[in-house]
Amino acid sequence: MTQAAQIQEEANQLAHGNKPGNWKEYFSFSTDHKVIGIQYLVTTFFFYLIGGVLATLVRTELATPESDFVSREVYNSLFTVHATVMIFLWIVPGATGGFGNYLIPLMIGARDMAFPRLNALAFWIIPPTGLMLMSSFLVGAPGAGWTNYPPLSLVSPKAGEMIWILSILLLGTSSILAAVNFIVTIFKMRVPGMGLNQMPLFCWSMLATSFLALIATPVLAGAMILLSFDVLIGTAFFNPTGGGDPIIYQHLFWFYSHPAVYIMILPIFGMISEIVSVHSRKPIFGYKAIAYSSIAICGLGLIVWAHHMFTSGTPPWLRMFFMITTMVISVPTGIKIFSWLATLWGGKLDMSSALLFAMGFICLFVIGGISGVMTASVPFDIHVHDTYFVVAHLHYVLFGGSVFGLYGGFYHWFPKITGRMMSEAWGKAHFWLTFIGFNLAFMPMHKLGMEGMNRRVAEYDPKFATLNLICTIGAYLLAVSTIPFIVNATWSWLRGKPAGDNPWRALTLEWMTTSPPPVENFEADPVLATGPYDYGMGSRATEVDVPFSEADDPTLSAGPSSTLRAKPDPVVAANPSDRGDESYNRE
Amino acid sequence: MNIPSQITTLLAGILLTLISFWYGQNHNLLPVEASKNAASVDSLFNAMLTIGTGIFLLVAGILIYSAIKFRRDPDDTSDGPPVHGNIPLEILWTAIPAIIVLGISVYSFDVYMDENGMNPMDHMAHGKAQHQVAAQPGNAVAQLTGSPAFAATLVSQADPNQQQAESILKDPATNAVREDIPQRKDAPTLGTVSPRVGSSPEKTEKPAEVVISATGMQYAWLFTYPGTEVVAGELHVPLGRDVLINISANDVLHAFWVPEFRLKQDAVPGRQTEIRFTPTREGQYPLICAELCGAYHGAMKTIVVVEPQEAYDSWLQSQEVASAEVLDRAIAANPATMTDEEYLAPYAQDIGITAAALEQLHSHEGHS
Amino acid sequence: MTTLDPAKLERNHHQDDHHVASGHEDHPDYRLLGIIVFLVAEGMIFLGLFTAYFAFRTVAPTWPPEGTPKLELLLPGINTVILIGSSFVIHNADTAIKKNDVRGLRLWFGVTAAMGAVFLAGQLYEYFHLEFGLTKNIFASTFYVLTGFHGLHVCFGLILIMAVLWRSLKPNHYNSKDHFGVEAAEIYWHFVDVIWVILFLLLYII
Repeated sequence: MTQAAQIQEEANQLAHGNKPGNWKEYFSFSTDHKVIGIQYLVTTFFFYLIGGVLATLVRTELATPESDFVSREVYNSLFTVHATVMIFLWIVPGATGGFGNYLIPLMIGARDMAFPRLNALAFWIIPPTGLMLMSSFLVGAPGAGWTNYPPLSLVSPKAGEMIWILSILLLGTSSILAAVNFIVTIFKMRVPGMGLNQMPLFCWSMLATSFLALIATPVLAGAMILLSFDVLIGTAFFNPTGGGDPIIYQHLFWFYSHPAVYIMILPIFGMISEIVSVHSRKPIFGYKAIAYSSIAICGLGLIVWAHHMFTSGTPPWLRMFFMITTMVISVPTGIKIFSWLATLWGGKLDMSSALLFAMGFICLFVIGGISGVMTASVPFDIHVHDTYFVVAHLHYVLFGGSVFGLYGGFYHWFPKITGRMMSEAWGKAHFWLTFIGFNLAFMPMHKLGMEGMNRRVAEYDPKFATLNLICTIGAYLLAVSTIPFIVNATWSWLRGKPAGDNPWRALTLEWMTTSPPPVENFEADPVLATGPYDYGMGSRATEVDVPFSEADDPTLSAGPSSTLRAKPDPVVAANPSDRGDESYNRE
Repeated sequence: MNIPSQITTLLAGILLTLISFWYGQNHNLLPVEASKNAASVDSLFNAMLTIGTGIFLLVAGILIYSAIKFRRDPDDTSDGPPVHGNIPLEILWTAIPAIIVLGISVYSFDVYMDENGMNPMDHMAHGKAQHQVAAQPGNAVAQLTGSPAFAATLVSQADPNQQQAESILKDPATNAVREDIPQRKDAPTLGTVSPRVGSSPEKTEKPAEVVISATGMQYAWLFTYPGTEVVAGELHVPLGRDVLINISANDVLHAFWVPEFRLKQDAVPGRQTEIRFTPTREGQYPLICAELCGAYHGAMKTIVVVEPQEAYDSWLQSQEVASAEVLDRAIAANPATMTDEEYLAPYAQDIGITAAALEQLHSHEGHS
Repeated sequence: MTTLDPAKLERNHHQDDHHVASGHEDHPDYRLLGIIVFLVAEGMIFLGLFTAYFAFRTVAPTWPPEGTPKLELLLPGINTVILIGSSFVIHNADTAIKKNDVRGLRLWFGVTAAMGAVFLAGQLYEYFHLEFGLTKNIFASTFYVLTGFHGLHVCFGLILIMAVLWRSLKPNHYNSKDHFGVEAAEIYWHFVDVIWVILFLLLYII
């Protein structure tokens, strides 16, 4: 039986790189997108561990109702820096910078990103900024929450505040530069024959993510500029005493920080689409619906920000407007969830660690989505706003969602990145520890919040002690759960079973070259003999009007590479000799 | 045993629905309802939880079923069936969630209307209600009507925030910093005076029966009862009466939250916000600051006591005597020239701040 | 199994060899598109600041706050005319280089740089003669931050123009085919110009 994977691989025999890249080069200054991608992944994972340590300290303080572990000021700094690190130094750069950089050029058959040096610059902003943020603990770390609302942030110690503001400005700049690079790369550097609708879904989601980062991040930069004037020079933009207005800060802040949630989850959506389809050996269900829903989320994501401000004195009509837009955004998200379920249904699931994390993602993200719709409802949000219910919700979305997805991505693309397989047994231990620890840590927080426990407190009513203890135990379990992953990744990288080029028998172009790929990714231009998800060589109508005469042979069947075409279309021809002047973007 | 698959599916569906409905009613997640609007918020939550449970069970069920049923044979290297999509099915799962969220939106809107969050006359009615309260002889604030502040309110009728600010200038809890914090103008796009969530529609046009001012400061609430000399650290409200709380803040953002009332409103320096409710259940409930306000944010809580009118009246009377002395000091005091410790000392008894806490507060001031 | 034409694919393989040799940074020039995409981000910073200005204005009891002296219109008016004019001037440079006229490029870029410098000088003159400082009130703060942030962009635009002038001294650095630097500087300058027009309307007129 001929399989799609075989067809795609044979068509790309000559594009296949010969000498595998050497991963040791990955720890030097480089403009190679794969090196930068791995640098992003390793760096951000390191910051994830730091953020995890901070979270563990926070949960240790909360194990008992009294404030008895660290001082209250330090406690506030702990959760402030925890959130900042997890968002700006782990999920955003890890998902976009890490996986985006590594995968996008490979998936679209390009040799590198459009602006490799800019790419390196965007990465090298991150490590020093992260270290600077950490160093704030020496001078009095910022403690006004990751939202850093004035006027509180204006009366906090100035050194920590300024470090926080500067970190956000630098990380935002890095994010904008990366977004520019992704947009140009995806639009301009796809292999001939790959229209937008032939792109793997991860490319679609990175496109949507990059647009969000491009449009929303600068507004945060504006807010940070104004805030730094308030802190340093004593202007009164957000200081009520001088005639300023703290609510305007909230609007500017959330105009970025709500889309930031989608910047953190959209790349993950893309990765889940890849993983689910490959590991269940079925075409993705509803390609276009998934692709376009990313764009819908991108658009809607820009007009929901004030749902974070339902109790800030937001006028009624704005409350209602933002409630409805927020509710509507769950529709494109729901489309994705159901499409993934339909992809799994009837497939041949290999139940590898990558798929386990993807299924864990779907399960937990649905909980986060449901609590998200609940908090969108104004009357209920008035009750749970700024409580542990919101803490639970956001961790279900960002940990149960983004982090589970990132782990799934690690397991799925590790063979490509290193050329070696990860251990499945350790991977499963990792999954179950994380899954149980996660639910133990965050599920009880829903109840805590509704019963009356507010966020960001070092001490709480003793009646919440039991549930908080459970949360703390869950958090410890989560901390422990990273150990199998680190052991597995390190050991597999050095000693793991060689993976071969395409261990999952996938169809997207990153699997059509050596593992790890050579510096230039491909020896020649890769060709698209099948679509990205044509498992079972199904009947998805290609947009070329040549009959699907010989499905066995890509050159004789329909598609851009077909030799049955009387005159090869110069724009999409598989052979460069047929392209003429049209192949401008590859010459 | 060979049950047709349609029947199994049907049974699973019925079971799922039953579990959802049961859990939606018996979740035991919310505290007691102590205000008139709490019940409607709770039934909204129950409805959302019912739907949510159903969706979660459906998704989790499909995941678990797939993991078991569609697990690949280790030797099987073939691909699954090449299904690329199913347009009617996709339309269905776009339409159903859309209808569900639309329904939740309408329901939420309805509950919000019940709390009178969406009164179209809000901005106009607002100012009127305010001075009606002031003019009510029962509230013994007649002195206010004679003051220049009242004249000003007549002029700036359309700007309830500033007008209210003037009336509240009399408030001993806030007047010290009020001069320094100019009041924002009311802006229909950005909000200044918050919508008065919490009252019921039939009461909107009427002034509230009891008006109390709440002032948030690091790290305590102070309550003043206009028309009396009472300054208290805990909130007392009469059972079953329509209560309006005018909320303001002296330093940073705070939020007024009573979980049992299901109501929350931020206190924003430079803005007047308010909340209106009718307590329906006697008892003591926690009143919590729900917006990060500094190191002692977690300690910034007090109680709200819901008691019958007679008990409320006698409490008010007893406080009036006790507060008179404190008030003198408060008016004379200028916080700008005092440390927090000195400033808060007179209220220490009321707001339950211990000497140790003040000490730590002081040391915090020292190194910041 | 497949009947791919080995000869054809072999040709494909060899044709692409030179790509490998020339390095992965070698591909058609997308820098101009990159600049345009980046300017979208820049525009959003300004949009954020403009919106903030509007919001401050909306919630302030009086605007400008009491005690703010009236802004002088003459100097900024002249400045505006100069800046708008410079946008037309710089476009001549673009036309010139497309005809391979490097001398014309230098001339028009020189004139633009001079106009930009005059604008900055006028701006500084205005700063020193205003009766309010940065922290006087919310209007003063927004005024200085908005014009200052824009001034920073003018400075950067000037540096770009100077850099292009410097490079144009090298023979054949810019020609009718290859003049990315010229186009980048020009687009950036137009952007700065458009922002100023909005800023001027916002701060001085309405």
